[in-house]
Amino acid sequence: MKAPGTFAVSRSTLAKDLRLEWRSKDAINSMLFFALLVVVVFSFAFDPTAEESRKIAGGLVWVAVLFAAVVALNQTWARELRNNVLDAYRVSPAPANAMFLSKVIGSFIFVTILEVLMTPLFVMFYNLRSIGPLWELAIVGLLATWALVVNGTFFAAMSIRTRSREIMLPLILFPISIPAILAMVWATTQILTGEYSPWFWIQLLAVYDVVFTTVCLVLFEIVLNAE
Amino acid sequence: MKLKLTFFALVTLGLLSYALYMALVVAPTEATMGDVQRIFYYHVPSAWMAFLCFFINAIASIWYLAKRSQTADAIAVSAAEVGVVFCTIVLLTGPIWARPVWGIWWTWDARLTSTLVLWLIYIAYLILRRFSTSGRAPVLAATLAVFGFFDVPFVYLSIRIFRTQHPQPVIAGGEGSGLDPTMAKAFLWNMIAFTFYGLLVMWMRYRLELAERSIEEAHAEKALQEGA
Repeated sequence: MKAPGTFAVSRSTLAKDLRLEWRSKDAINSMLFFALLVVVVFSFAFDPTAEESRKIAGGLVWVAVLFAAVVALNQTWARELRNNVLDAYRVSPAPANAMFLSKVIGSFIFVTILEVLMTPLFVMFYNLRSIGPLWELAIVGLLATWALVVNGTFFAAMSIRTRSREIMLPLILFPISIPAILAMVWATTQILTGEYSPWFWIQLLAVYDVVFTTVCLVLFEIVLNAE
Repeated sequence: MKLKLTFFALVTLGLLSYALYMALVVAPTEATMGDVQRIFYYHVPSAWMAFLCFFINAIASIWYLAKRSQTADAIAVSAAEVGVVFCTIVLLTGPIWARPVWGIWWTWDARLTSTLVLWLIYIAYLILRRFSTSGRAPVLAATLAVFGFFDVPFVYLSIRIFRTQHPQPVIAGGEGSGLDPTMAKAFLWNMIAFTFYGLLVMWMRYRLELAERSIEEAHAEKALQEGA
């Protein structure tokens, strides 16, 4: 029997995950509600003026996305543990990275949808108006989401193999992601305030994405087969 | 093995005593900072040792992933634990020195922040080990170490740029510019002594790890025999 190609496996896994999400809306609903809570709580905690909120919004947006993404990323692999799907996958001839890629793309889509839905909330609650161009924000959004999701998916696959599954993910994801978080927060703040050029941070994010996507793809099979 | 370790421990003890004498008695008192500057002889060698440990950990982790050698994993654990201890010493002695000299306990300066982030990454590494089953821990931890290894340049670069875009806090008396020859000598002796000391602790930790593993194996074997 011929082993299925990476693309075919990725596509069918992704299609399955998207269909499951479309019918249950588990990940999106929990992320969205969580992010909404963060936005509201921060708004009470800081009570910023329009000028202040422009300065702190970069941090707030990404902290909210980060926490919400962890909620969703914890669920990405949990589904495959039930009925031993992951074990079945390991003995099948399908390439390991195909599964990983489909999970990353799936989470990327969910988190991007979350960001799109959250933007009007932020604009509303924080009275936010960007001084820099919006297309730059879009680039930062895509690169930053990929940075969080690619490592997040990888570390989620690691943390489901530990004893304290749900707690473990943020504990290993946050320290490694510090440079990416710094980059996404400051790129966003600099676009919103229009004071400095965000391009250094955007480049840093792009290089970070390339490096860690490569590391993930090289190491994923090892983690999948860890016993 | 045991004899070598004892010999190494005695050499280390001698070096540490001499270095202590150099740092506290021979080295002159710094003109502006006073005696508190002597913390420098412990702060910087600890930092050097912490970075050396983390480097050894990264190399051992890659070695483990490539060859699945138990030796490599035992070295990796020892290096990570000893590295965290030295890094903690750096992060504690730093504020003690900074408070009287800079007037603040902590500043989000590039070097301080990078060290803190590295410390966080290795704490995560140790937690991950603690919460994994013994069979999986080496693989998962080694993988995380590789991520940490690739993360270091990003951490350093991002924090440097992040800081240079903001006003620097008042920093007085950087030690880089022209060290007194006696101070340099004391410093050098402490660097050597701390390197020996760090390697000694790492060696002992490594032996402990091997002993723990053989005990675990013996237990498993016994359980198997009883079961059969």
